[in-house]
Amino acid sequence: MTTPRISIEGLTKYYGEVLVLDDVNLAVAPHEVVCLIGASGSGKSTLLRCINLLSEFDYGTISLDGVSVEDPIWGRNGLYRRVGIVFQAYNLFPHLSVIQNITLAPLKVHKTAKQEALATARELLAAFGMAEFENAYPEQLSGGQQQRVAIVRALATRPEVLLLDEVTAALDPELVGEVLAIIRRLKTEGMTMIIVTHEMGFARDVADRVCFLADGRIMEEARPEALFSAPQHPRTQKFLQRIIEAGRL
Amino acid sequence: MTTGTVPETKTTAADPDMGSRRTPPPPRKKTLTATERYVPSVISIAMVLIVFGLVAQVVTSAEQWPRIARQFFDLGAMATAFPNVLRGFWINVQVWAVCLFSIMVWGLVLALMRSLTGPWFAPLRVFVVLYVDLFRGLPVLLLVLIFGFGIPALNLPGLPNSALFWGATAMVLSYSAYTSEIYRSGIEAVHDGQRAAAKALGLSQWQAMLYAILPQAIRNVIPVHLNLAVALQKDVALLSVIGVRDAVREAQIYTGMTFNYSSLIAAALLFLVATIPMARLTDYIAKKDRQRRLMGAL
Repeated sequence: MTTPRISIEGLTKYYGEVLVLDDVNLAVAPHEVVCLIGASGSGKSTLLRCINLLSEFDYGTISLDGVSVEDPIWGRNGLYRRVGIVFQAYNLFPHLSVIQNITLAPLKVHKTAKQEALATARELLAAFGMAEFENAYPEQLSGGQQQRVAIVRALATRPEVLLLDEVTAALDPELVGEVLAIIRRLKTEGMTMIIVTHEMGFARDVADRVCFLADGRIMEEARPEALFSAPQHPRTQKFLQRIIEAGRL
Repeated sequence: MTTGTVPETKTTAADPDMGSRRTPPPPRKKTLTATERYVPSVISIAMVLIVFGLVAQVVTSAEQWPRIARQFFDLGAMATAFPNVLRGFWINVQVWAVCLFSIMVWGLVLALMRSLTGPWFAPLRVFVVLYVDLFRGLPVLLLVLIFGFGIPALNLPGLPNSALFWGATAMVLSYSAYTSEIYRSGIEAVHDGQRAAAKALGLSQWQAMLYAILPQAIRNVIPVHLNLAVALQKDVALLSVIGVRDAVREAQIYTGMTFNYSSLIAAALLFLVATIPMARLTDYIAKKDRQRRLMGAL
């Protein structure tokens, strides 16, 4: 078996006295797409943010290609070049234009030559149908367009892993499709992705594996067909039952 | 919810009734008759004229009015004093500009020192806290007196000895305590998601501040700073008490010679000419800023 791209072992985290991640173990192979589902507060977003050290954790290890993400060997930038993240609220910089948002990290952090950074950014924008907006500011774009720019920004350093944190949760329903289409495309291009989502249909469709989290633990993980049609754990059954009742599956 | 494939629904174009239904044209702007259009304005202007006219009538018909007019509104005295007062006012404007620039820069430096995290920077943070407590807690006038009279009297080698320099320094020290707090509130008001995004892109703490947080923070606090700039425009007149020959000092000199106060009124008018447009500009920018925020909230 090859080394997993991302390997999480015994990950445990407290917020004060509250246990938010409880001995989480997860290995993600290169080019694999893993969806994390579960109720709000189940720890799935926190788990995602631990992977690129946006959240600190108390016990356990997270490795990228077999090397702990906390290992100084990564330097300050190495990890962030190889692991990109996209947030629910886009978090684009409002004072910077689309192209400036995308080239900020390549230029200032990774010291890419300006011509090269611009060329990469334009190529990515064109690939995602945003070429005409390179000089627009985030507030001039729709939510779906902003999220596409945020995805391009995360891709600008050519990362190998993309973390997606409820990237469609803030979007109007009619704009969800355009963002999901991009994620599907990234899958076909072989991107390794860990996706936190409430879009069960999308998870079933795009994931190689779905993990159901509750109380900070991975209660059940399975191929999407198995997990959605024949959930084993009572908590998963209950969760999916509620989703079905809400008409969301 | 399944995404991706949305079932085809009946489109309006296929609706057979579509051709027969006439969309009404947009409503025409209501045309006002001449009476409707002008009468409210006429009433407003008339009322203002009547009320202010009556007040003026009462004031000028008072027994003491001729004496007041002679003491404060003597046009001849104003004209005589004006060249000196204007020259003094030019000093006010220059001091204001230099102080304002220094205050904005030094206040920002203080705010950045305060925002540094990590145990190594504790002395800087403590310094800023003490600095702000000290200079925000003291009257500007007192600082101007201490610096403007006290320090030149020491004859410190290698440092300027002018009252103007040290008085202006006192203004900068006092006002920068306020501006640093304003900058700090602006920095803290930037959403945490922006910091997370900057960190996730690999920006160092300093780069995140410089490229992501600070530009937004400064834009947030511009209206507040403009208010402070208006206040400073007037407060530079405090330097007159340490002998700086600004507009107020020049006007006082004239008053001292003639016992006529019209020169002070001339100085007052000059200050109003400078501060009122500045205040209007501040209101305008604050309004724009409010609109921008409302747009952002939608």
